[in-house]
Amino acid sequence: MKSGPDAREARLRELMIVAQDGDAAAYGGFLRELTPFLRAYFRRRLQSRPDDVEDLVQETLIAVHNSRHTYDALQPVGAWLHAIARYKWVDLLRAQANREALHDPLDDDSAALLTDAEPAAAEARRDLRVLLTQLPDKQRLPIECVKIEGLSVAETAQRTGLSESAVKVGVHRGLKALAALIREGR
Amino acid sequence: MKTDELIAALAAGVEPVDRRAPERRLLLAAGGGLLLGALLMLALLGLNPALAHDAGLPMFWVKLGFVAGATVAGFFATTRLARPGAALAPAAVLVGAPFASMWLLALLALGATAPEQRVPAIMGSTWQACPINIAMLSIPTLAVALWAMRGLAPTRLRLAGAGAGLLAGALGALAYALHCPEMAAPFIGIWYALGMLVPVVAGAALGPRLLRW
Repeated sequence: MKSGPDAREARLRELMIVAQDGDAAAYGGFLRELTPFLRAYFRRRLQSRPDDVEDLVQETLIAVHNSRHTYDALQPVGAWLHAIARYKWVDLLRAQANREALHDPLDDDSAALLTDAEPAAAEARRDLRVLLTQLPDKQRLPIECVKIEGLSVAETAQRTGLSESAVKVGVHRGLKALAALIREGR
Repeated sequence: MKTDELIAALAAGVEPVDRRAPERRLLLAAGGGLLLGALLMLALLGLNPALAHDAGLPMFWVKLGFVAGATVAGFFATTRLARPGAALAPAAVLVGAPFASMWLLALLALGATAPEQRVPAIMGSTWQACPINIAMLSIPTLAVALWAMRGLAPTRLRLAGAGAGLLAGALGALAYALHCPEMAAPFIGIWYALGMLVPVVAGAALGPRLLRW
């Protein structure tokens, strides 16, 4: 497999186009291939806060997922991804600036002292399953069934008593709500 | 939670997505906004009684062409701003074109007007009402266009808000053109543009707050 930027762009674009047609394997491959680049991108930009890196990687993956309908096949996929990653990074900086303006900076210092110096790689501090418990049932159940247990929409509808369209809407809104919870928790 | 688990969860059971979703969504917003703006115009201002006569004049169609051009530009710009990383230069050119043409036409018209007639050509008889009414008629579209944008993925929130404002302003001006009796190019180049600028500024101010995701 070639690994130059052009070959990578071509491969990611191909995966993304197939993923937009509903190919879960291609989509998983796309996200997996993309993740190390996101991690390196955020690590370079968050050198003073390495703990935020994996959180931001996960948040960006959710953002990519929630906006996958805005990728145009005529557009370079690298530019699309970069704009999303950059947006999430700037959003984090803005949220931090707001928080530091509001809170006693000592809070941040004590937290920094108690933080593990080398957090396990590729593991975010927040557990999305814990966050999931904060969602209403009509969003939580569809996500648990479809996204975690891997049931089909029809099976989920049968098990939860929701209609199929309610399951789809629940997954979609639930993922957006999760991203919002991550943002608030920052 | 491990990132690998998140990826597996995100990829599980994905459905096909609509690649033209930004266009579809913004077209829906533009159509709904135009309808609401037109109804508001009919309810509050009324059709221009001389519309049938005016429609026979070339300048009426220049006026309509100008606001239609601004509408197309606003639509194109918002579809670009709704997609992360899309090139914006073509949209900027498209936005500039109707305004540059209208201003050129206004300058030519002023040049051909006797000096003492120039101020009346600029002020018309409704200059005070024109920008306010266009801004008012654009409010429904601005709300709907910002809502449409929220379901997409703008990464430059101020510009995205301004783009939604341009779409709203142009559609407000389109509705207003069916009420407005003015026909002079300098009048349209100034007061119509000023009316459209109001929702652009409002959208730019609201964008960072309303469009965050």
